[in-house]
Parts: sequence; structure tokens; C-alpha cells
Amino acid sequence: MSHVTSAVRTPLVTGGKTYADVTEDISRQVEGSPTREWTIAFTISVIVLLYGTACVFWTWWEGLGVWGLNKTVGWAWDITNFVWWVGIGHAGTLISAILLLFRQKWRTAVNRAAEAMTIFAVLCAASFILMHMGRPWLAYWALPLPNTFGSLWVNFKSPLVWDVFAISTYFTVSLVFWYMGLLPDLATIRDRARSKVSRYIYGAFSLGWNGSAKTWARYEYMSLILAGLSTPLVLSVHTIVSMDFATSVIPGWHTTIFPPYFVAGAIFSGFAMVQNLMLIIRVVFKLEDYITVEHIESMNKVITLTGSIVGVAYLTEFFIAWYSGVEFESYAFINRATGPYWWAYAAMMTCNVISPQLFWSRTIRRSIVWTFVLSVIVNIGMWFERFVIIVTSLHRDYLPSSWAMFHPTLFDISDYIFSFGLFFTLFLLFAKFLPVVNMAEVKAIIKSSSEKLPVSVSGVAKGERVTNPTFNKDAE
Amino acid sequence: MENTTKRYWKGVEELRNDATFVKNANSEFANPDPSESPSDLDGLLGGSNTKRRDFMKVMGFGMAAVSLAACETPVHKAIPYLNKPEATFPSISDYYASTYTDGGDYAAILVETREGRPIKIEGNPLSSISKGGTTARVQASLLSLYDIDKLNGPRRGETVIDWATADREITSQLASVTARGGAIRIVTSTILSPATKAVVADFIAKYPSARHIMYDANSAFGMVQANQTSFGQAVIPTYDFSKAQTIVSLGADFLGTWVSPLEYALPYAQGRKIGAVGSGKKTMSRHYQFETGLSMTGANADYRGTYKPSQEGLVALALYNKVAAKVGSASAGGASVDIQYLDKAATDLAATRGRSLVVSGSNDPNVQVIVNALNNLLGNYGTTIDLGKPVNYRQGNDQQMNAFIDEAKAGRVGAVLFFGANPVYDHPRGAELAEALPKISLSISFADRADETASLAKYITPAPHFLECWNDAEPKQGSYSLTQPAITHIFKTRQFQSSLLTWAGKPNDFQTYLKSFWRTTYYPQATGFDSFDAFWIKCLHDGVFETSTAQTAAAGASFAGNVAQAAAAVTQRYKPTTGMELALYEKVSMGTGSTANNPWLQEMPDPVTKACWDNYAALSQKTANDMGLAQNDLVTITVGGKSMELPVLVQPGQADNTVSVAVGYGREKGGKSANGVGKNAFPFVSTVNGHLSYSAVNAKVEKASGTREIAQTQTHDTVMGRRAVVQEAKLADYQKNPMAGRYVPKVETSEGPTETADISLWHGYGKPNHSWGMVIDLNSCIGCNACVVGCQSENNIQVVGRQEVINRREMHWIRIDRYYSSDAEAEDFKALEVASANPEVVFQPMLCQHCSNAPCETVCPVLATTHSTEGLNQMTYNRCIGTRYCANNCPYKVRRFNWWKYFDNDNFDYHFNNDLGKMVINPDVTVRSRGVIEKCSFCVQRIQEGKLTAKKERRRPLPDEIQTACAQACPTNAIIFGDMNNPESTISKTLEVEMKGRAFHVLEEINVRPQISYLTKIRNKDEMPKQETRQESQA
Repeated sequence: MSHVTSAVRTPLVTGGKTYADVTEDISRQVEGSPTREWTIAFTISVIVLLYGTACVFWTWWEGLGVWGLNKTVGWAWDITNFVWWVGIGHAGTLISAILLLFRQKWRTAVNRAAEAMTIFAVLCAASFILMHMGRPWLAYWALPLPNTFGSLWVNFKSPLVWDVFAISTYFTVSLVFWYMGLLPDLATIRDRARSKVSRYIYGAFSLGWNGSAKTWARYEYMSLILAGLSTPLVLSVHTIVSMDFATSVIPGWHTTIFPPYFVAGAIFSGFAMVQNLMLIIRVVFKLEDYITVEHIESMNKVITLTGSIVGVAYLTEFFIAWYSGVEFESYAFINRATGPYWWAYAAMMTCNVISPQLFWSRTIRRSIVWTFVLSVIVNIGMWFERFVIIVTSLHRDYLPSSWAMFHPTLFDISDYIFSFGLFFTLFLLFAKFLPVVNMAEVKAIIKSSSEKLPVSVSGVAKGERVTNPTFNKDAE
Repeated sequence: MENTTKRYWKGVEELRNDATFVKNANSEFANPDPSESPSDLDGLLGGSNTKRRDFMKVMGFGMAAVSLAACETPVHKAIPYLNKPEATFPSISDYYASTYTDGGDYAAILVETREGRPIKIEGNPLSSISKGGTTARVQASLLSLYDIDKLNGPRRGETVIDWATADREITSQLASVTARGGAIRIVTSTILSPATKAVVADFIAKYPSARHIMYDANSAFGMVQANQTSFGQAVIPTYDFSKAQTIVSLGADFLGTWVSPLEYALPYAQGRKIGAVGSGKKTMSRHYQFETGLSMTGANADYRGTYKPSQEGLVALALYNKVAAKVGSASAGGASVDIQYLDKAATDLAATRGRSLVVSGSNDPNVQVIVNALNNLLGNYGTTIDLGKPVNYRQGNDQQMNAFIDEAKAGRVGAVLFFGANPVYDHPRGAELAEALPKISLSISFADRADETASLAKYITPAPHFLECWNDAEPKQGSYSLTQPAITHIFKTRQFQSSLLTWAGKPNDFQTYLKSFWRTTYYPQATGFDSFDAFWIKCLHDGVFETSTAQTAAAGASFAGNVAQAAAAVTQRYKPTTGMELALYEKVSMGTGSTANNPWLQEMPDPVTKACWDNYAALSQKTANDMGLAQNDLVTITVGGKSMELPVLVQPGQADNTVSVAVGYGREKGGKSANGVGKNAFPFVSTVNGHLSYSAVNAKVEKASGTREIAQTQTHDTVMGRRAVVQEAKLADYQKNPMAGRYVPKVETSEGPTETADISLWHGYGKPNHSWGMVIDLNSCIGCNACVVGCQSENNIQVVGRQEVINRREMHWIRIDRYYSSDAEAEDFKALEVASANPEVVFQPMLCQHCSNAPCETVCPVLATTHSTEGLNQMTYNRCIGTRYCANNCPYKVRRFNWWKYFDNDNFDYHFNNDLGKMVINPDVTVRSRGVIEKCSFCVQRIQEGKLTAKKERRRPLPDEIQTACAQACPTNAIIFGDMNNPESTISKTLEVEMKGRAFHVLEEINVRPQISYLTKIRNKDEMPKQETRQESQA
């Protein structure tokens, strides 16, 4: 993994961290008792989750009539939330797979949390897949299972079936990738553990990691292979999600630009969410030396790039709607911008196209506060993007007799809140019980990218294979 | 889990927890009150006085019952035949010819029954009056049979009594009233039945102080009187709209509510049918409508002008004078009025003398005299109007009814009987009558429920629904029709006729009475029957009996009216006003409100406004703007001290400075679906010169606080210039080119523009055997919604209620899209959303198009919706997991999702929430559970049944043998259903001609290849530059 890094590059880990410091800084959270901030945050998340669960249960018990949907608008917040969460889930794999292949070392500080975010976001998305069904208890019918219902099979023409495959594959690969990456760190914690229970649990989960050269070699191979496997998934998942719309006949959905546009949008919102989470983590867990302004700036650049792609896509859609000469298509886009949901469209354009352009300013892109605020705005914008695509396309499609408005109900909102409860509960559990930064990989870059050279190699965690540091001669 | 905490009651007794119930709660055969136990149970258990000697019998029965019950899960409330009745087969429908009557409304019908239970009403094609057609109200009358809010037996006040007690008490009181010379009044709506009138006569013979008073809440008394003045006959003539080339209607909604819309619909449509469906003719009638609010009939007109109620008489007079000037006759004088298109109408009338027809909805005899004079001037008597075949639909006499109320108030009435009448609710002087009723010593109502009038009566002796009755009808001279029961009495009710006979001291078997009445009255007129029994069986079988000996001496009817006098009276009465004017009208669904407790009708969207579950104040856009009002704002309408608060509905085509309000709403004691829906507008009907007047000048309309959202199934009024949806042309253009108005989309390819059907990703489905399809003629569809209710009845479609309609979740499988024209230019989308002030209207029935390249089929993840080899797009409810992707991807938005569990759910307390109401369920059609999608199946159960019948008889299904419910219900044959693979079927023959003519697919350019074709709407309008049209509509 190591290769020569130019000395003029700013260091990725600041504060002159040694290997021991890394282990200590990151394991501290796992080993210590919960902090006050964590307890408060966790309590709130669990309360939100419980409230949301009650509402989801009621939705399930009474039927989808509790939502604001109607005969014309058959999907609204449910699928908006689904696509939004799936989109957020893209950043994790992008960081861990594509940036790994591109040798972007800065990713090591953030990939663990980003992957965890991916997994939890996909879970939230999956919850909306179940929730939006009229009869969710029969959801397994969407799987191609051998059955006794006769010769019943799934419809391989249906994009929803493609979704099932794409998302379940994505979830599986992401989970494996994340868990494999955790192994050395779990072993570190196992070795440092004082209590029998945690030693046993972390021991079981570290799958007998022994830190031998062979283990490390396999670890490296496995990372590369999984990265290779995941890379097409980053592109495929949202491509397929976009086909839910692109393969339909509804004006505003039936658009060939959707796959690249959705992928860019997904990365855009995923990075914004990573920013939000990391900015909190670095402060709460005092990891400012690992997640530095450099990281933030790098991610902001990705946000600006993908945001611009999304902006171009918006304009292209408009151009094609006009250029095609299809009256329904033209009207769908005129209606988006000037119809009854113009405010949603305006929110989308402002948040997604204008706000990321602020990152062209170096001051803004390196500002913690600006980054945080703009990341929130980007995610609001991306939620509106999906809302605009789904609701404003459906609410006025071909026959004006069926045109209708969609008004969310308490349950539309509460079921969305449920997913936040679920997400943050899971994420906070992760943040407390697992190392939020990949210690092993960060250590790998300390040698080449640390601010100062480590003075000694004392305090290295057991189980870690320590070689003599290869000093960066240029840095001296 | 939630449900376990809910309490369900076995009956109101348990809810009330009254003493008898508590006492008997734990006994197995709870039988607290002998009078309330079903009579058949009485026989089974020996009533409440089971004797010691019956012990072994009951014990033996019990043993047998227990051992039977142990064999399998007990069957609840389904009692299988012990001895199968001859010719009745479980799951095979029997059809009985019968007659629908509701007051003066009439239809000859066929009743489909399953195991003795009516489940569907169809039109009887043997009738020359209704010709196999039905209306929405006829279709929906079935559900009223299973209305849980009806009384289950006679009552004295609130007390439940048995029939013997009722008869004893009533007979003695009638005797005492007669003894002291007190007046007895039988107040009814129009009675079409000659036998019933004979019964009434028998009753009057027994009680000589009795008199029969008929009144109609929708009175046509003015017309009857005008014909008396003009021709010496107090009747309403027969109109033949098919022979009229120019039809001018002055406020008569003759396709929706005026006199006998069912009878007029088909002839009217025949005059409008064109091309293949019109037996090749290329001409059509021209229809002018002048009215205040936009009626369904007005929506079908080629030219439409508006007037204020205060101009009603003047419009008729002006038309008369204009025509008179053109044909060289003397003017009637009087004031004049200028209405758009009135000149044009006069020109056309004068040009088509003897082939035209003028009708008026006015109840003012003077106006009707002018209309009679006009028709006489045009020579329409004997051609389009037949005085020799008077109709009996409206026999009400406003003056007699008024006199009765005066008598009642003065305390001069000793006894009153109300049958088919609810004057406290639907008479303008209902409030006065309500005060007077307690003063009458004996008041009896035959209502099936404790309605507004019945609840004030001393006795309610409920009469059954017409489907439980024997009866006859004479809708028109020479046309007779029989009603036979299709089910035994559900409750302990007794026919009105039987009750009168009982009280008159005669044998109360009305069936025998009816039979002997027919033996003496009609059998002599019949020819070709060996015996009366043969005649009777034939009449029962056919349902109708029409004599060929009806008078035809009408052509010579000479007009004897004084038109100048009428003109003077009209000029005297109709003065220009500056204020707001109120016009009252009937809704196509609700009529006079007698069937307001029918949830099918309540949820039936109004053909024009698309609103249901409410009445409202219809204002024109200009008037609303002037008054600062918007849709749904509440307004208070005040006329002469009475006021009501209603939400505003902005109605294109409404005359400025007028407000239209529907009667038939605001029931207080109609039942759970009727009560509190809308406001009662009957008190605003006034009496002018002894005639009910359905309008008022000097109405005050003021903004009230708050809003009330009107439940509409369609909220966007215009078609947004989309020619792929609605295609129409003017008659002259059509005559030059049968494809006029067609929009043929082309797709650019490398080989140049091609038709959409030439390129496809799909290979298509083979349809080797049948290919079921439909042709819908936009020129014949009058928008009446009979198909909507017919489909609802056939396919067990749920009623969702007002709030769910507001939430845009109605479940109808077929709907009638109604579009108004707009004055805007094609690309100006904001302006296109606004309808013209006086728009052209098009009705477009919309249902599952059974696309051959169905967008819904490809997207379903679980193959719950698939294609059949017969061109059907099928929906498998059991496989559906409810992703709603199909509904989203449906370009026609015809798929419906079960948002809730609509049956056994107190939030949807309609017929699916009680066992009686559920008897209406068609056993051939699944009741859908929550969470699944449903949609039009082309009545696949009927297709299947038809194919099986043919197979059993070893033949192919005959052309047109299989019909969907909508096609069958349609009174104008606008819907043609059939097998497109059978060259003999009507649909094949029609399409063969029209594929190169009027036939088009909606949204052809997305190439989903529907099995449904529409025929272009042709308007009989002269070419007029667009600019001029706009100026005229602004004028």
C-alpha cells in the first residue's frame, strides 16, 4: 500500500501522531465508558426510533391510507426516502472501493465511518421498500424463491426486481467489505481488552486475526478484490434505482440521462452526509488530527464536481424536453419549474446547483461551519430532487382529468423520521462499540504522510506487526 | 392487536345494554322479545312457548345439529337448499323481468338473482320506452334494497308493533274518522301503477271522505296545465328526439332529469350518431340549449346560451317571435330579450319546420303555452311530438297539494296517508306541514324508514322495496309493465296496496288483485293468447305489454291556446333584475333526494361538476371574482328570510349573477349515508300562481366565514390542448373528410416519419381465439354515469366516502372524464388551465384500455398483472404485493389501490360494513383486500360465463352475446363491446369502417396499443373564425 508521497503534500495526519497515539486515540471511545454527549445523542435517537417504530407499525396495521398518496400519485415520500437513503449509501463504497483503487490515501481516515453509514443507509432504504408495499408481509414474493404457489416466478422485466438484486448485492458486498476491514482493528481492541466479556466478543468477531504476514497479505488481497467487486456496484445500484423511473412511460421519468445523473447525485448526497457525520465525530471523539481540514476539502471538491454534474443533468433534461418536441415531456418540465410544486423545484435547484458552487472559494471549502451547513443543504436539496422527480412527474401526467396534488400526512413525516431514528441509533452504536477510524490503514499512512516523524515506536498495540519505520527521506 | 381492544356489538341491544338483553345475554337461544324474533325461527323452535312434549323433538334436533356441526366448520348465515328449487342452480343467475319505479321515474328492467338474491339490475330490451337502457339511479336502486337503515316492521311512534295490532288500530281509527266525517287524504308522489290506483279507488269507496292527492317534488304541473289550455288535454305528450333535426331546450335537462331522461336518451343519441354507428349517415341533429347553470344536457349541446331565471319566459317568447317573423306569422308581442345564439336557433328552427323540437323545463304554464305555440308554429305536433301517447311520469298537482297543506294547517284533515312521499322534506311548505302534522289525529306513512315525514306520523307501516313487490305500471298510454318480486320480504314490511286493501276490508293479497285487474283490464286488449294464464305468463316473462291499439289521432291536435295572452302574462311576470338570482336544479345522481341514503349515488360524481357527497352554490367565474369568492368558500344564500350556507363551486357556463343549487340534499332523517350531506334547498322553491317555481330573484349571496372542501373526482377542468387525448371535429369538416379532427402522431426514424405502431420493442401477444375490445363513441356518450354505477354494482366496487374522494382515492373502475374547452392558445399552459366562460364540453369514458403493450405489466415485480391470450390485461389480486408501480406507470391512471380495508371497517360505514348490505355482492367477483391494486377487468367473469355457456352448447359465442356491465347499462349504446376477432360482431363491423375514419386510440403516440378505440366527437357547428367565437362568448 505504501508508496512515495511528495513532501510538498500536506500531511494527512497532523499532530505528530505515533502508532501508539493512533491506537490510543481511536480505541479510547471503544474502551471507555460512554461520554455524556453520546448518551444524550443515543437517548434522543432511541426515542425517535421508538416513536417512528410506533408510526411505522400503525402504517402497517391500518394500511397505506394513512399516507397522503392517491390514485394519481402512487409514490411520494416513501420512494423519495428510499432513493435518498440509497443515494446516501453510495459514498461509503465509493470511498472504500474507488478511492482505494485510485490510491487516495486520505480516504483511510473516513472510510470506516462512511462504510458504516452506507450499511445503515441501505437498511433505512430497505425499510422503505418494505413499508411502501400494500402487503409487506408478502415482500418475499419479490425474491425468486422456489415455491409451491404453482409455476410462479418473479417478473425479470420489472425494474423493481432488478432493484431487489442490486440492493441486496450492494448491501452484502458493503457489509463484507466493512467487516473485513474491521478485522485488524477488532483484533487490536481484543488484545487491549481488560474485561473478559469484551475480549471474548471482540475476539469472536476478529475471527482469530493473528497479525501474521500471511494474514496481512490476505487482507490486502481481499481488500483489492472486494474493491474491484464493489466498484461496478457503486455505478450499478443507482443506475438500477434510476431505471425504476427511466424504463417507465411517465413524462419526466422516461429519461435516458437518469443512470449517470442518479449516480452523480448519489455520490453528491453521500459525500454530504459523510461530511456531516465526520464533522461531528472529529469534534466529539477528538479526532481532529485524523480527520483534518484537508479531508474536508477533498470531499468538498468531490461534492462540487458531482453537484456540477447534477446541475448539468438538470439543464440537459430541460433541453431534451424542448428538443424532443414531445408535448407531454415539455409540459412535465414546464410544470416542474412553474407548476404548483415550483417551490420544490426551486429548493432543489438552489440546494443542489447553486450551493455547492460556493465551494469554489477556498475559504468556504476549508471552513468547518460552511461545510457543515452546505452539506445539510445538499442533502435537503437531494431529497427534494427525488421528490420533484417522483411527485411532480406523477401528479400531472398524460390525462388532465386525473391530475392531483399530493399532501403529506403525519404518517408520511413520521415514517421518514423513523428512518432517522434507525440510522442514528445504529450509527451511534457503531461509533461507541467499534473504532470509527481504520487504525490499521491510518497507521499505514502515518509513515508517509504524517506531519512529524514518529520519535519512537513504543506503545504499539499487541498483535500489530511492526517493522522499522521507513522514514521519508525527502521529508527530512 | 388493536382490534382485540375494540368492541363489536351483536346489535344495538348490546350497545344500549338494555335490561332484556342483559337477562338473555348468556342464553344460547336468546329470544327476548317474541315480536322481534324472525318468524321462520318461530316455526322451528315452536316460538317462545316450547312445551314439555316438544322436549324430545328439540333434543333430537339439537343432537343432529351438534353432530352436524362437529363434522365441519359451521356455515354462518348461508342456508343451503334442502330441496333444490326447479330451474335454480347454485352460482347460475336467474333473470326476472320487472319494473323500476321511483315516483314517476320508470324503467323496464331485468333483475339478476343468485339463489334468490338480486345482485344486478339490467335494462329490459323489450321495452319500447327504456329500450334496454338504464340510468345510474336505476342501477343503484338495487342497493336500496339492502339498506340497513330501513325499518324492520310497523311502528306506532317509536314503539314497535306487529301488523295485526297496526291493522286493528288503524282500521278502527279510520272508521272513527269517517264516522265523524273527517277528511282522509292519501298523499303520494306520481303513481304509475293502474292497479294501485284501483286499490286507492277501492279504499276511497270504503272511506268516502278520502281523496288522493299526487304531487311531485320535481313538478311538471305547469306543462300539464299548458297542454290543457293549448289542446284541452291535461297531459304530457311523447317527444321523439330522434326525428328532430333541430332541438332547442329552454332549461330542460332532458338527458339528465327532465320528465323521462331514459326514454329520451337513445332517440337523442340516434339523432347524433354518425358514420358506422349511425348506419352510415353523415348528418346529425343540432342541439341548442339555453339555461342558467350548465346541465348535463347543456354540456351535450352544439350551441349553448345562458339566461337568468328572471328571463326564462322572455327567452321562450323571444324565440317564438323570432321564429314567427321568419315563417311569416304574427308576433306574440311582449318584452324581448337578447341571448347569444337565440337568433341562430330561430333560423335553424324555421329552416327545419316539422323536423324540430322545442322543450322547456319551466313549470310556468304561460311559458309552456308559448313553447306549445312555437312547436305548433313549426308543425312539430304529429312529427316529433305525439299528444296521442301521453306519458304519466308527472301527474302531481301543485294546487291540490297546496290546498292539502292549507287544510292540514286549518285542522280540517282527519287522517292522512303518505306513500312514496316525503313532503316535510321535499315540499317548499314542508315546515308548515311538519307543524300541522301533530294536529292530524291519524297520520300514517308507508315510508321504509322513519324519514322527515314518517317520523312525525303516528304510524309507520313500511312498504317494501320495489324488488320485493308485485306491481304494474303504465308509463305511457298503451305501454304496460309488470313488477314481480325478486326476493321475499327482507323485513316485516307489507306493500302499500296490501295495507290499503286490508284497511278497506278486502282480501289483502295484491298479487291476486293485480292478476285479476290485468285479466279484466288488459287481457281483452291482447290478441293471440289462448288463455289469460298464457297472457299473464308472457307478460311476466317479458315484463312489458304494449298494445298496438294506442290512439294515434294526435296529428290533428289543434292548438287552441292564446299565445298573446301568455305573452302578456310572461311580460308581466319576468322583469329584468340587477341582483343575484337563485336557480334550483336536480342532480343526475340524486334527483329529489328520495334515494339519498344510497352510497353508490352519493359517490357518483356529478356529470358536469364531478362533485359528489355534497350540494354547493355554483357561480360563474366572473360573479365569483366580482364577489371576491373562490372555490370552497362558504357563502350564505338568503331568499325571503330563508338562508342556507353552502360552499362555492366555480362553474364555467353558469349565467353571470346567478347561483345554482341542487335540491335533493340536506336530508336529516334519511339514513347514515344521507344525513347531513349538503343542505336542503327545497324550502327555496316558491309557489307562483299555484305552480312551484324552481328559481328565485333577489337572492342575496354573502361570503360566510370558513370553507368547506367540495369532494370532486376531477379537479382539472381542461384538456390542456392535448389532441392525443380528445379528438373532435366540426360536422362540415367530417362530411368532407371522415378523418377530420384526427391526430395521427408520427415518429421520426432513419427512414423518415412513421406511424407509432410501426416501431416497437415488443413482439406483441398472440390473440388466436378472441380479442376483446371496445369502441366508445364520444358523440353518443351523454355523460350520464349509468356505466359507472353499473360497473360498481357488477364488480363489488367499494364506496370510500367524502373525505377519501377529497383525498382523490375513489375506486370507480370506469369514470367519465369531463373536459371544458379553453380560449387560450396552444402553448400558453397557464391560460389553458382556465376554462372558457361558456365552454364546449366533452365527456370521455375512461377505463382500463387493456393495452397490448401494457406499461403496467412490465413493471410488476411479481407478475400480478399479466396479459391473456384474448387481449385482456388481467389482475391477479392474490399475487399483488401492492407496490403501486403499475398504477404509477399507467398513462390512463385507471388503476385503483385499496388504501384501506374497506369492508367490515367502521370508518367506511356503507353497505360493506353490515351483513344485509353485503347481500348485494356479486359472488362472481372477488372482494379485494387492502393493499392490492384493482382495475377494470372487462367484466372477465361475464366473458368466462359466456364462453362456458357457448362451450356447453357446443358452439362459438355469438357476436355481441357477451356484454360488459358498462356497455349493458349505457342508455345510448355509446359503448360497444365485443370480440374483434369475430367479423360478425358489431365492434368488428364498426372498426372496419372507422379505422380509416373516426376511430382513434387515446395517447396513440406512446404505442401501448389499447384494445379500446374512441370515435371522434363531432359537433354540429358552423365554421366560425376563432376570434369571432371568442368575442361572442364574451358578449
